[in-house]
Amino acid sequence: MRSFLALLKRDMLLAYRQGSALTMTLSFFVIAVTLFPLGVGPELNVLARIGPGVLWVGALLACLLTLDRIFQADFEDGTLEQLMLGPLSIEFIVLAKIIAHWVMSVLPLIAITPILAISLNVHADGIWAMIFSLLIGSPVLSLIGAVGAALTVAMRRGGVLLSLLVLPLYIPVLIFGVASVEAAVALMPMAPHLMLLGGLSLGALVVCPFAAAAALRLAVE
Amino acid sequence: MSLHAQSLTCIRQDRLIFNAVDLSLNPGEILWVKGRNGSGKTSLLRILACLLKPATGIVSWNGTDIEEDPEHYKENLQYVGHQDALKMAMSARENLEFWSDYTGNSTVDQALDAFQLQPIADHPTQILSAGQKKRSNLARLIACPAPLWILDEPVSSLDTDYIGLFKDLLEKHVRNGGMALLATHQDLSLSRVRQLDLNQISEVAR
Repeated sequence: MRSFLALLKRDMLLAYRQGSALTMTLSFFVIAVTLFPLGVGPELNVLARIGPGVLWVGALLACLLTLDRIFQADFEDGTLEQLMLGPLSIEFIVLAKIIAHWVMSVLPLIAITPILAISLNVHADGIWAMIFSLLIGSPVLSLIGAVGAALTVAMRRGGVLLSLLVLPLYIPVLIFGVASVEAAVALMPMAPHLMLLGGLSLGALVVCPFAAAAALRLAVE
Repeated sequence: MSLHAQSLTCIRQDRLIFNAVDLSLNPGEILWVKGRNGSGKTSLLRILACLLKPATGIVSWNGTDIEEDPEHYKENLQYVGHQDALKMAMSARENLEFWSDYTGNSTVDQALDAFQLQPIADHPTQILSAGQKKRSNLARLIACPAPLWILDEPVSSLDTDYIGLFKDLLEKHVRNGGMALLATHQDLSLSRVRQLDLNQISEVAR
């Protein structure tokens, strides 16, 4: 546990000190979401209807920007192989890095979502639903993303391949995430959608660290 | 406490690197792995550090195949590779503190003293010279002590004084019952050293 916490703390410290990644992600999210009203026009009803989808897609694409950093730096500077020689199993190394990525790259996106949701005229119930759905569903973005990042870690310019690998796997999260917000806006129960999102997160939590660990073992060899 | 390797063969991307390498290492011994570029020194050291699987052959630690209990073996080794494994956004002290926390040790100051890093310990690693980075990496050997040191080109980038310092630390480690395997092109004139020449093995393999 001490090793796990040490790694988690170090990764969060590095993400904080190399603040450019966070600034880039947040800026991309804000700009991407702001472009939609300019493209589709300022009608409030239209914005309110497409708002949840726009926010989910924006968060998903913003998250993609930082995925390649989960393992890349550690792989290139030799830290990854030293970590693998330490007391922590590779699966837990992966898990610590996924948690650090989620906290430092995805959580800030969730934090600014309400402001962007207001700018898109999303209903107040929808904003709460948006936050809940992102909190429950967004771990899948880091978990599946980590598998893609591990598969492409040894490739130069693997970012495009990473996107191609990961984006199709994000579709279920996007569908249920948006559906939960639309259900809340329509005053329908959103619990089934949130439970499905929770199920996806738990399923990814079980499978993804093992898949990413297997890919990293191959990459280090 | 002993390390034995029997009939190790390494094949990388269908190319035979070396064949039938046997070696043994006991406490108080240093094994100097020699060979030309491409003779397989790094591959051999990575196999012995559990980072690469041999095509054939067995590595055993205290008579037990390391595949059977890799965790126990890893607790007993420190590997220093070509890369420095340092984070540029952290100081040398912070890097060492992380590794000692991660491995459950607490001898950071001792390690900084041993490699004369105290004056630059709190400087960001990105402003350190290549030699200072190398010493910060080598300091991990003291910060996270282990009986078996596996060292790949440990003195590259070090000046003559620090090569002498490293040599003294290596000999002290071995005198205290440790053991070391190192690959280097530089003759360190170490005492208690045995040699393994991969050139001869590679020639036979080809």
